[in-house]
Amino acid sequence: MTGPTFLRLDNIHKRFGAVVANAGVTLDVEQGEIHALLGENGAGKSVAMNILAGVLSPSEGRILIRGEPIRLGSPRDAIRHGIGMVHQHFMLVPNLTVAENYILGQGTPARLIRDMGEVHRRIEALSARYGLDVRPDAIVETLTVGQQQRVEILKALYHGVELLILDEPTAVLTPQETERLLVLMRGLVADGKTIVFISHKLDEVMAVSDRISVMRDARVVDTVRAADTTPRELARKMVGRDVLMELPRRPSHEGRVVLAVEGLTCRDEGGLPAVRDVSFEVRAGEIVGVAGVSGNGQTELSLALAGLLPVDAGRVVLDGRDVTGFSPAEMSRLGVANVPEDRHRMGIVLPFTLAENVILQRSGDPAFSRGGLLRRGAITEATAEILRRFRVKPLDPDAVIGSLSGGNQQKLVVGRELARNPGFMLINQLTRGIDIGAMEIVMQEVLKARDAGAAILLVSTELEELFSVADRILVMCGGELIGEVPPERGRIEEIGLMMGGKRLDAIEPAA
Amino acid sequence: MDDILNLGLVAATLGASWRLATPLIFAALGEVFAERAGVLNIGIEGMMLTGAFTGFAAAFASGSVPLGLLAGILGGMAIGLVFAVFTVTVKANQIVVGAAINLLGMGLTAFLFRTFYVSTGLGVEIAQPIAIPFLSDLPVIGAALFRQNAIVYATIPLTFLVWVVLFRTSFGLTLRAVGEHPKSVAVVGRSVAAYRYGAILIGAAFAGLGGAFLTLGHSNQFVENITSGRGFIALAVVVFARWSPVGAFFVALLFGLFYAVQLQLQAQPQLGVPYQLFQALPYVMTIIVLVLVRSRRGAPKMLGVAYDG
Repeated sequence: MTGPTFLRLDNIHKRFGAVVANAGVTLDVEQGEIHALLGENGAGKSVAMNILAGVLSPSEGRILIRGEPIRLGSPRDAIRHGIGMVHQHFMLVPNLTVAENYILGQGTPARLIRDMGEVHRRIEALSARYGLDVRPDAIVETLTVGQQQRVEILKALYHGVELLILDEPTAVLTPQETERLLVLMRGLVADGKTIVFISHKLDEVMAVSDRISVMRDARVVDTVRAADTTPRELARKMVGRDVLMELPRRPSHEGRVVLAVEGLTCRDEGGLPAVRDVSFEVRAGEIVGVAGVSGNGQTELSLALAGLLPVDAGRVVLDGRDVTGFSPAEMSRLGVANVPEDRHRMGIVLPFTLAENVILQRSGDPAFSRGGLLRRGAITEATAEILRRFRVKPLDPDAVIGSLSGGNQQKLVVGRELARNPGFMLINQLTRGIDIGAMEIVMQEVLKARDAGAAILLVSTELEELFSVADRILVMCGGELIGEVPPERGRIEEIGLMMGGKRLDAIEPAA
Repeated sequence: MDDILNLGLVAATLGASWRLATPLIFAALGEVFAERAGVLNIGIEGMMLTGAFTGFAAAFASGSVPLGLLAGILGGMAIGLVFAVFTVTVKANQIVVGAAINLLGMGLTAFLFRTFYVSTGLGVEIAQPIAIPFLSDLPVIGAALFRQNAIVYATIPLTFLVWVVLFRTSFGLTLRAVGEHPKSVAVVGRSVAAYRYGAILIGAAFAGLGGAFLTLGHSNQFVENITSGRGFIALAVVVFARWSPVGAFFVALLFGLFYAVQLQLQAQPQLGVPYQLFQALPYVMTIIVLVLVRSRRGAPKMLGVAYDG
């Protein structure tokens, strides 16, 4: 099935100022294969692929196609050489149609757009050929994320791409959509295309690739055939040491009810219904996971619980006390810790130092201020304690948080919240966009807090994260709680169907 | 009160509305271009003033209205280039630069006017009304609506042209994409900066033309701050029209009507209301409109955001 070397990255270097993102990346891609590029955040995968797609130019090194060195000055050049990339954040203009997106920037600017019929016919033909359901006249923003991704893939094919680069394509998909994507990838390869895809999910890499290259510290450390390796071996290569694939976990000792949500209903920031009549409980010493495809009310649920969205109906009871409609400050005073979904927007202030970020909500706390003046010594000490415990790099309380990697930022946020010994902890996305090393640390610490008796609600779109730490999983779809499942990997299909709106009793039990 | 409701007067008010709306239509069409590309140009007032002055100066020197209009357009574009350099290349805050452009336009034109023209007290020859055959002979409305100068008539084909360019050309498609998702334009090999320069310069040219209309098609003189806030009203027009050129044409007509009505009302001393109240009408309506149109639906997503390649 796979053929001779189609493409070769030869000793690619890329520096951004003092930061070395690629330090001699060498990679061979064979004609007609699915080649996975595996690595932690910051390993240099995306940079290497952006160089290949003509988005970035290398500081040193060569790119060869079928043995011929080529120069890629722009993504346009790359497409001319048959190389196209589907970026993690789609390059589709949301308020244009699919067809308009396909012709964007093509031809001379002065060209009149008269007859879209030909474009529509070509898109329909391609769509049918690969069994996709891309409608050329659909407005992009009305499509689901999975559909938009198919639109992006078809866009590359429309422009005659032979080598397709997919940057973390499954990060935004449900298990069913992921399954469908993997089938599509197989179909494309069967049709003679070549695929390089970036991922840090071991399972899907094992499931779909012919060969796997592992990147670590800005280099490709190894390339292996999928058939000749194991997830554990890959993980070791990726991190450079053994990782705990399964976190050791004590059975939960559920105590009294800490948080009770009764018939909670609220609207999103745009005023549209987002959470409908949701009821559940979280007990001391348990982690309750909330799964769902993003945009199904989980964000609003967590905002409402944090006091950031008005509640239309229902009650929120914390430690037996009705706290419905309490402000974020009141919730925080009652010992509610919050790890928000978007740490840049709500969790931290990027230009501030680590120490300043640690005391953000608690600058008035007598432990940190006296008579209106900040107690620098105490603040530095408290920060240093968090940095040590969570192995944050750098260990410098005066470093600016914006200069840290996403993983280190998240470690600080989780550490800050846990340092308050919260009775109830609200987490939306614990490990999104962070590497395996950081993942392990924050998950372990959250489990420790659970064992110490904290009640924790973990909203996540990453099922792996929920399987690793949650004691039970609630599934949301369309603003409603669809059902509850135990966190067993064997039930992933069931969870996927529920995320798609199927109620538990409507699902045939697996044979 | 009879004469206020007289049919001829209504027709005359409508004709005046179109004429008074003309600078707003030009400025708003230009702003639609800029904002569709994600550039919030609040400096149109300064660009209009500059166009009004350069148009006047060129017409004064040459005696030619077309040359004056051309000079008005070029004057607006010169200031537009300054705005583009600072907002696109230097990536300075668009609001701050826009405000500076307004101050620059006001100060510079006042300075130059006082230096060179204030003692002359002379006006220029302005564009003459052209009667459109047949239409101008229609009873009542004919004379009121169809005896305008060529610049006023030009608002219709230009509105259509802007619509075609924005929605029926590859350039317009890319320009709108720049205002929504600039990176998607960059990855197909087009320069976001070049499109923003283009949008700003086209917008500035329209603002300059709108300004030049004030001195060459409306009054025959330049006076300090002759635009008196029309650039800001044009900004409101664009929001109310939801970034549509055809919408901008009609919304600007509505504001032209406010101007015309206030002029008519000023001429009715028997109402016993201080004329300043009527003068405030267009501005009060601007505030009311902006309060009514609170939703940003339809606004380009990257409006006001510099693009960091």
